[in-house]
Amino acid sequence: MKILKNVFISILILFFLTNNSWSKSPSEFISTLSIEASNILSSKLSDDEKIVRLKEIGEQSVDIKGVGLYTLGKYRKALTDSQKKQYEELFKDYFLKSFSGRLVAYTDAKIAVLSEEIKNEKYTIVYSKLIGTSERPEVKIDWRVYTKDPENPLIRDLVIEGLSLARTQKEEFNSIIANNGGNVEALFDSLNKFLEN
Amino acid sequence: MNRIITTLFTIFIIQLLVVNKTLSNEGEVKDCFEKLNRATFALNMGLDKVIFKPISKGYRKLPSPIRTGTGNALNNLSNLITIPNNILQGDFGSAVNNSARLLINTTLGIAGIFDPANSFGFEKRGKEDFGQTLGVMGVGEGCYLVLPVLGPTTIRDTVGSFVAMNGGDVWHNITVRDDEEYVKEFKESDYWASRVTSGVDFRAKNLEAFDAMEKNSVDLYATVRSLYLQDRKKKINNSSEKTEAMEDGDWDTLENQ
Repeated sequence: MKILKNVFISILILFFLTNNSWSKSPSEFISTLSIEASNILSSKLSDDEKIVRLKEIGEQSVDIKGVGLYTLGKYRKALTDSQKKQYEELFKDYFLKSFSGRLVAYTDAKIAVLSEEIKNEKYTIVYSKLIGTSERPEVKIDWRVYTKDPENPLIRDLVIEGLSLARTQKEEFNSIIANNGGNVEALFDSLNKFLEN
Repeated sequence: MNRIITTLFTIFIIQLLVVNKTLSNEGEVKDCFEKLNRATFALNMGLDKVIFKPISKGYRKLPSPIRTGTGNALNNLSNLITIPNNILQGDFGSAVNNSARLLINTTLGIAGIFDPANSFGFEKRGKEDFGQTLGVMGVGEGCYLVLPVLGPTTIRDTVGSFVAMNGGDVWHNITVRDDEEYVKEFKESDYWASRVTSGVDFRAKNLEAFDAMEKNSVDLYATVRSLYLQDRKKKINNSSEKTEAMEDGDWDTLENQ
């Protein structure tokens, strides 16, 4: 009987431990991710190696497809199926290059997660700060985490000192399309040019 | 003649603001003079490359305490424009806090170089200006503008600067307008030196961020415009605690497609 009781308790502990590792809270997700990125940035790897590692992180932790569609704004609905497919591929390459290129300049990036706010079942906002250095002031960073699948949270936006990167990207892309008579192909050309450089 | 020009300018501005407020589609960027703005932006980028960026890089080489002291002194000076705007916005708590900061830091903090006010419990709060006050009063931002050297602004913020330059800014009054009945020690050059140093200090704090933005943007002009307009909106809403950008319905429309 005692053996049965011990087995039952062991199973229970195991269940809680494994279950906990499956459904990581958004705060833990951002915290782990920040530490991982910070370790890469402060490592002695070359910039090219760091970029490769950062791209891997970006691909695993950001909802690139969702962000890409969001950044098209009102032009999203006008895409044909083939344009949508082409855009998704282009945006993924653009995003990963741009994301890793922006981050690689920071060699001493340490992020402290402060709190989280559950907006609804799909979104949780994680509040954090980039620790200041003698060269750079402290910076507030809020993360919009998409939690529709709680076991696989994904980042959809970074809001730095109140400025949304996704919204900035959307307005940038929309400006290119609007200045070319609403032609999304003009955006594809700009993205291709960026990727070629 | 000056009075006529001022009156015409005011009527023009009010018309632009009213028309834009009426016709504006909330959330849409109102870039009425985009071609001219893009040309001015290109000019400013050239000036930045040749003048401001090299100076900012040099400034960054100064010892950290000197840069911190300079930043503190400039922040302290900015209270002269923040305090009247705190009052105009009805934020009397911040007006008292900032007045105490100005008094303590100008005296004990040696012209604002040090920040002892913080130790006395008067913490640093956000800067305010007449453009923000107009925004709080419900005036629409109007068209986006890029001014030579001064950079991004809006019609509303330009009106705010106009108010500051015409009696609203105490520091401008005692230096440029020469209101000698108050203080006699300052000259016009002190005002311009403080403005230039403030620009260099800001640029130096954002060297890497600007470089990364320039390198990774497909339309840098649109990126800067978006960031400026978001920043102004955030400041007008005084939304430093909670993120306004998170209240974006477009994410929900994405879900429904």
